[in-house]
Amino acid sequence: MATNTAAGGSNLLKLWPWVVVPVVAVLLPFIFQSGHAVNLLSHMGVAIIFALSYNMLLGNTGLLSFGHAVYYGLGAYVAMHLLRTINDAGGEGLPIELLPLVGAAAGLGFGIIFGSFSVRRAGVVFAMITLGVGALVHSSSLMFSDFFGGEAGLFGYRDEAPSLFGIDYGPGRNVYFLVVAWTMIAAVLIYLLKKTPLGWMANAVRDNPERAQFVGYNPTIVRFIQFALSAAFAGLAGGLFVITDEIVNDESVGQIQSGIVLLGTYIGGIGYFIGPVVGASLVTILESSLSSYTEAWVLYFGLLFIAIVMFAPMGLVGIVHTQYLNWKAGAWKGNTGIRIYILLAGLLGMFGLVCVIELSYHYFRSWDPSAPFVLMGFTVDATSFLPWFVSFGIAIVGFGLMLFHGNPMLKRKLGDKSDGGKA
Amino acid sequence: MLRNKKTGLFTGTMIGLSMAISSITYAQDGPIRISYIEPLSGPFANVGDAGLKHFRFAAEKMNEEGGILGRDIEIVAMDNKQSPSESVQLVQRSIDEGIKFVTQGNGSNVAGAMVEAVDRNNRRNEDNKVLYLNYAAVDPALTNERCSFYHFRFDAASDIKLEALSNYMKDQDNIEKIFMINQDYSHGQFISKRMKELVEEKGMDVEIVGDVLHPIAQVRDFSPYVSRIKNSGADTVISGNWGNDLSLLVRAIDSAGLDVNIYTYYGGGLGTPASVGPRGEDILYQITEWHADVNVDEGHTEYEKWFQEFKERYPEIDWYYHRIYNQMHMLKAAIEEVGNAEDIDAIAYALEGMEFESQTGTVTMRADDHQILQPMYMSVMDTDAKYDADNSGVGFRTVANIPVEQATVDTTCDMRRP
Amino acid sequence: MLETIAYSILNGVLYGTLLFMMSSGLTLIFGMMGVLNFAHASFYMLGAYFAYTIGLGTGFWVALFLAPILVGAVGAAVERYGLRRVHQYGHVPELLFTFGLAYVVEELVALFWGTVPVPYKEPESLNFTAFNLFGLNYSMFKVFVLLVAVAMFVGLWLLLKKTRAGLVIQGALSRPDMVGALGHNVPRVFMLVFAFGCALAALGGVVGGIHFVTDPGMAFMMGPIVFVVVVLGGLGSVPGALVASLIIGILQTFFLSIDFSLADSIGTLGIEDSGFFGVLWHMEATRIAPVIPFLLLVLTLIFRPRGLFGKREA
Repeated sequence: MATNTAAGGSNLLKLWPWVVVPVVAVLLPFIFQSGHAVNLLSHMGVAIIFALSYNMLLGNTGLLSFGHAVYYGLGAYVAMHLLRTINDAGGEGLPIELLPLVGAAAGLGFGIIFGSFSVRRAGVVFAMITLGVGALVHSSSLMFSDFFGGEAGLFGYRDEAPSLFGIDYGPGRNVYFLVVAWTMIAAVLIYLLKKTPLGWMANAVRDNPERAQFVGYNPTIVRFIQFALSAAFAGLAGGLFVITDEIVNDESVGQIQSGIVLLGTYIGGIGYFIGPVVGASLVTILESSLSSYTEAWVLYFGLLFIAIVMFAPMGLVGIVHTQYLNWKAGAWKGNTGIRIYILLAGLLGMFGLVCVIELSYHYFRSWDPSAPFVLMGFTVDATSFLPWFVSFGIAIVGFGLMLFHGNPMLKRKLGDKSDGGKA
Repeated sequence: MLRNKKTGLFTGTMIGLSMAISSITYAQDGPIRISYIEPLSGPFANVGDAGLKHFRFAAEKMNEEGGILGRDIEIVAMDNKQSPSESVQLVQRSIDEGIKFVTQGNGSNVAGAMVEAVDRNNRRNEDNKVLYLNYAAVDPALTNERCSFYHFRFDAASDIKLEALSNYMKDQDNIEKIFMINQDYSHGQFISKRMKELVEEKGMDVEIVGDVLHPIAQVRDFSPYVSRIKNSGADTVISGNWGNDLSLLVRAIDSAGLDVNIYTYYGGGLGTPASVGPRGEDILYQITEWHADVNVDEGHTEYEKWFQEFKERYPEIDWYYHRIYNQMHMLKAAIEEVGNAEDIDAIAYALEGMEFESQTGTVTMRADDHQILQPMYMSVMDTDAKYDADNSGVGFRTVANIPVEQATVDTTCDMRRP
Repeated sequence: MLETIAYSILNGVLYGTLLFMMSSGLTLIFGMMGVLNFAHASFYMLGAYFAYTIGLGTGFWVALFLAPILVGAVGAAVERYGLRRVHQYGHVPELLFTFGLAYVVEELVALFWGTVPVPYKEPESLNFTAFNLFGLNYSMFKVFVLLVAVAMFVGLWLLLKKTRAGLVIQGALSRPDMVGALGHNVPRVFMLVFAFGCALAALGGVVGGIHFVTDPGMAFMMGPIVFVVVVLGGLGSVPGALVASLIIGILQTFFLSIDFSLADSIGTLGIEDSGFFGVLWHMEATRIAPVIPFLLLVLTLIFRPRGLFGKREA
């Protein structure tokens, strides 16, 4: 969905996104003014930091974690306890702007503790340990209700705390600006970390731990440092979440949260710095909006993820980037039409598939399947033959054209040198 | 790579927001809208769906009779996926869309988060207040230490149900040894703690021989727990379990051939009668504010018609939430007393202390803590009941009426009013 | 006390054998292909649902055989058209593929069969009390579950040790490249093993769905525990999976059955029921039981990553 790289310039202009993005981000709440939209934007900021921190593990160091929410959630809980102390002291203490730092410190602390025994091996062992630790922490969150507040969670008030700049953080928009500031700080730091020798060593450890060891770096140490730092940024996101939502409960340390950050990061593309940014934004939006349009949102989510894993392991950003490189290298010459044809056929197929899924949900789930059902602007009867026939027809024709007409055509054009035509 | 950053973020944002933001502002003479915030997808979707049908049906029936102040009632369904933080978002969305009333009931954790969200909004956003009508979340804290002027509970709180239950049990001679088995979260933990206190306070002639908490919605085989019940020699089991956790418990007790009576909150809850079936007959008790055969016993023909119409409309389920009837009619009375559906403070004041003639008797919205006080029914599963629940072949038969005085608990609420 | 021990061993063995039925297939797949199949429990769930639906028409006994075969076919298709494609990108994408698949299967099951449990019950011919232990009835169906598990273990053992196909599988378990060099079609072996593993899980589902509950949440409930069994038992080791299943089954059931907390047995020693150690001190064994598998998982991976019987590290 993130499209269009045509706006790119030369490497000289590499710095401009760092200026333009915050400017656009600051302007957004003036375009979308409703409280819910501003909340959603704030959540995107939090999700972006969290996903970037996750990609420090998955993309940069090659560590697949199923329990990253542990650090996000624990950071959030510690920050929340401090916020409550500030509230109880009548609004005296640490300025609210610095609260995410508390979350980061907590994340770092727990990252060091759990990292000390998790990172000795990468791959499946690491994945399983994080799964186990995630399950343990989540279970304890319901047992130790002093710290975790039971399943009801903990509440605090962001506007009953001092502010560095005298800002009233009651209105969501002011909070959003704070989120933008922290998101930019975190993004810059994570980006710079990637460019340090540590970042390069992390890549080396990911690609070939033995060789990294020969060069004189202990892979375990490199993984450990990356893990602890990543946990710190996750904690930062958690601390920021405390400010945006003023509530923390066990779902923030839960496996679902860990799963979502994995999905978002991967869908965006783990090989690119902006991959997690795109993925986290998209997932946040889908999660909150798609569910009000269709019952089938989890299914779409899963199908999208599987499609990405199977056909575009570099994620959405990867698709765009590959096509952009192809285009720049002139590989589009003479076959642009075919590529667009494939894209359109694919979209048509997807449209048909969506129709089929929506029909099925109506047919199997609603108490009266024969009740009139509005599908893509048409009112249809899900118990009759026609809408099914048409929907399946569109899906089959669309995917059929893409796979058996468009793709072979493109392959013939290109010879066998590239398979970049998958849209 | 970098230069994709802006376009990616920006396009993503635009697409999302154009999808997310479609707030329509209704004029004051449009329908009176109530946000229904419940799980409509995921494992609890069936519960959310059943509640939605109740609300939609009640709204429709009331609209046929002229709605409220001549305006229609419209139920706006919102899917909270059973998540507290998602529910907070949806409260915000309701406010954005100009909806003045939100209702929710499944999960006290969700309810707690929503009370906070509603309170916070009404404090920060004086022109756009919202009222929270709770039809099923039973955590006593919501009308005690965490009570709010903008929260009204139409179901009996957990401590009230337990009070009514223990008042019934203390007069039963065949109850000697009690085993408690509950879900390991605040709801179950509360029952386990409070029941022990009640036994002391009321001087009940019973012994608590076991008290077990099990993880919620994770136990698939209750045999180990059943063997503990057996070992303890209990003749009575008390459980606040709901859903699968209850049906599995009853089935395990039955298949092990254990001879105990089971006292529950939610024995008639959606799915449980169907899953338990005739094996619950004469052993599965529930404490509720109403059940279908009350209409037959007490001759509420009008309400019986309401019940039957609901059944015709939705053959798979039955009218179960009598409190939704109370809630909708009390809201109607309050709005009509105030004369508009916009002045939330006035409507809340009108609801406070309101007495309403329900089918089961007079119900009162206690002004001190916004907890409804109502008569309760102790009933037991019975295959001969006139109305079976959810086509299961088993219904409920009243074994005792519990008057309001026996179903009342003092509150510690220190209400802050505007 | 004797009763408690007898009950927990009986219930624990029953639970353990069900775990074994689910995990034996996973350990084969994991050991041979290196794929940690997140969706394995989803095939277990499909087994239960297929058996329920088939059983409506043909009765339980036909479904008992038909459902695993069908699920095996589904598994083969998943391997052939999904996993094999992802295989080229490495193990992590394979893991992610099955992770996504688990979500999709759950949604599809909820779509076709609804979110509430389906009334999948034991056949009438097994629905009678087999024996009575200290006053609790045990139904014939529970005995049947035990029998199926024993038959499955013996069958697997014979297959792996006594047949040619078993030899190839065993070879591929330890040295996939060597088996390929000997002229076996390794992708085809992978597909068949994957299908076979899924069918085993489905067989577990056919009986497990009756013993537990058949609802769309059953896969996510059992999934992580099955991993624990496989890791604890050692990757690729079928006897390891059996031993680990029984250990976890009995241990967990035992913790559920006893009335124990440190504070009760040693005394409160003046420790309040608050703070991390205080709460732990007062925690009843029953409440700890659900996390025991995960504790075992983490400890195993830290101290003995190759598990009890494994020959290779994970």
